[in-house]
Amino acid sequence: MSRFTNCFNKKAALIPFITAGDPNPKLTVPLMHTLVEAGADVIELGIPFSDPMADGPVIQRASERALAAGTSLTKVLAMVKQFRIDNQTTPVVLMGYLNPIEIMGYEQFAKAAQDAQVDGVLTVDLPPEEATEFTNILKNYKIAPIFLLAPTTTTERIKKIASQAEGYLYYVSLKGVTGSANLDLNSVAEKLTEIKKYSNLPIGVGFGIKDAKTAAQVATISDAVIVGSALVQLIENTSEDKILEVVSAFIREFNE
Amino acid sequence: MTDYYNLPDENGHFGPYGGLFVSETLMQPLDELKKAYEYYKQDPEFLAELDHDLKHFVGRPSPLYHAARWSERLGGAQIYLKREDLNHTGAHKINNTVGQALLAKRMGKKRIIAETGAGQHGVATATVAARFGMECVVYMGAEDIKRQAINVYRMRLLGAEVRAVESGSKTLKDALNEAMRDWVTNVDNTFYIIGTVAGPHPYPAMVRDFQTIIGRETREQISPDVLIACVGGGSNAIGLFYPFLEDKHVSIYGVEAAGDGLETGHHAAPLCAGKPGVLHGNRTYLMSDQNGQIIETHSISAGLDYPGVGPEHAWLKDSGRVNYVAVTDKEALTAFHDLTRLEGIIPALESSHALAYCQKLAPTLDKDKIIVVNLSGRGDKDIHTVATLEGIEI
Repeated sequence: MSRFTNCFNKKAALIPFITAGDPNPKLTVPLMHTLVEAGADVIELGIPFSDPMADGPVIQRASERALAAGTSLTKVLAMVKQFRIDNQTTPVVLMGYLNPIEIMGYEQFAKAAQDAQVDGVLTVDLPPEEATEFTNILKNYKIAPIFLLAPTTTTERIKKIASQAEGYLYYVSLKGVTGSANLDLNSVAEKLTEIKKYSNLPIGVGFGIKDAKTAAQVATISDAVIVGSALVQLIENTSEDKILEVVSAFIREFNE
Repeated sequence: MTDYYNLPDENGHFGPYGGLFVSETLMQPLDELKKAYEYYKQDPEFLAELDHDLKHFVGRPSPLYHAARWSERLGGAQIYLKREDLNHTGAHKINNTVGQALLAKRMGKKRIIAETGAGQHGVATATVAARFGMECVVYMGAEDIKRQAINVYRMRLLGAEVRAVESGSKTLKDALNEAMRDWVTNVDNTFYIIGTVAGPHPYPAMVRDFQTIIGRETREQISPDVLIACVGGGSNAIGLFYPFLEDKHVSIYGVEAAGDGLETGHHAAPLCAGKPGVLHGNRTYLMSDQNGQIIETHSISAGLDYPGVGPEHAWLKDSGRVNYVAVTDKEALTAFHDLTRLEGIIPALESSHALAYCQKLAPTLDKDKIIVVNLSGRGDKDIHTVATLEGIEI
């Protein structure tokens, strides 16, 4: 049974995003456990990339720190494997850009991801038009392909994406990069209603969720709230010895 | 027989290369752009306005100049220079920015953004933005801003805002990342003028089509045996090559930047020394490490200092139609000086790479053979770089 099956049962699931290897690879697995203890229902783990085009400055700097600390896709997969020693229930979704996966090879990546017990993969720069081969390989290895939907996504494309996606749908709440300005709740609600017509998958909303208050508002209209840049910014601003404690408090606040 | 003129397919593929590798938010705007471009490229009024501006604003057709003294010195084939350096703003870049600005105008976009490396594309964009009364923001790597101070000031004079990009390697690729981020945030009112034949579909095809004016004119001016052009992203090269692809007797050479030498790893030659991957919206040859991270490139020429290359070049390499070679910084500098002294033409450092390969090839060919080198830009912008390298303070 998929680890996704039960995690969207509550009113709204909480999905924190961290960049693997930020600020250093040793801290990532403890951070993942801390996120779960504080109330995370799914973890999105960023694969750092040198040219994160769809991300804002906060996540770009996290990528730069992680790469400077020697993080690679192979090491990210090893982190998930290590996390699974103590956690068999929380879904882990890898989120990143295509090139590192393409250089590793789709088949080899999917095999290694299955071995590490990764539950889903979201490739930011791989829209469904280009994704058929990769999506089929992921599905062969029982890994959910997760796709983005945006305010600019047309009805026709919502259908196309819904037909390929598994796990959940990630709705990008605004036109912009991660960590952008404020989202407009009404227009998000309207789009989610449209998406629901074509898919039974849970919908997570991300981009622009800056604090617990916005998260609470988004929770009233979506199945899950994704918090990325705000959390990554906090990690950037906190000294390494305090990160687990500070992150725990931050996530607990979101969970209330 | 390979049909060179049916590419890309409707989703932007040149064989395995090209395509549309962008985040979801940009899919609809790219589709809108594709539809607008497909419509207007056949619209007689659009084409008439483009022709008018290419003639009266850019100064086309550009001459084809017989470099007689240089040919004599090299002792082989006759060398002709396609004088894109004589265009308004001093490079081929404006052929494309005029076209895209006219398209932006028809699409009702009032704000123009662009990325730039050497600054030539930024200047060409700022120029058309001024010409058509549009707001203009140009993203430029902080490293390149230092190397190309004159072009930065030119853009500002033209009313553009130049935004320094401090992330990554602070060069062209990072400027492109930043321009994409701007576009995704301001898609409703903004037109992104990409300066080369890279990026997501329809950019590689659209930029190529605007640049093929170079090759179409050349066909009317002479019947060449050899074509040579430098390749960074590859827009001046595809512009010269494309109309000749089915002329089997014409040998074609694309010249990449070997920097300190291909063997040193300090270069910008993805076709000669890279492998296929995905960056900036398309699949193409890239310079990336074994983990798929993009590597910092090196070239004396800011305009060639880019880890990727247009997907059509990737396909032309695999198909064997075009020969891709590389010359070092040092070889390019020698050609820069030789052309300046022998012909009274100061070439851009980018174009000097094409000239440097011509210096190797010309002596091996008979005197009745004709080589056309695309002199894609003039070198005024580079005199600080050259002076600094030679220990001269200006």
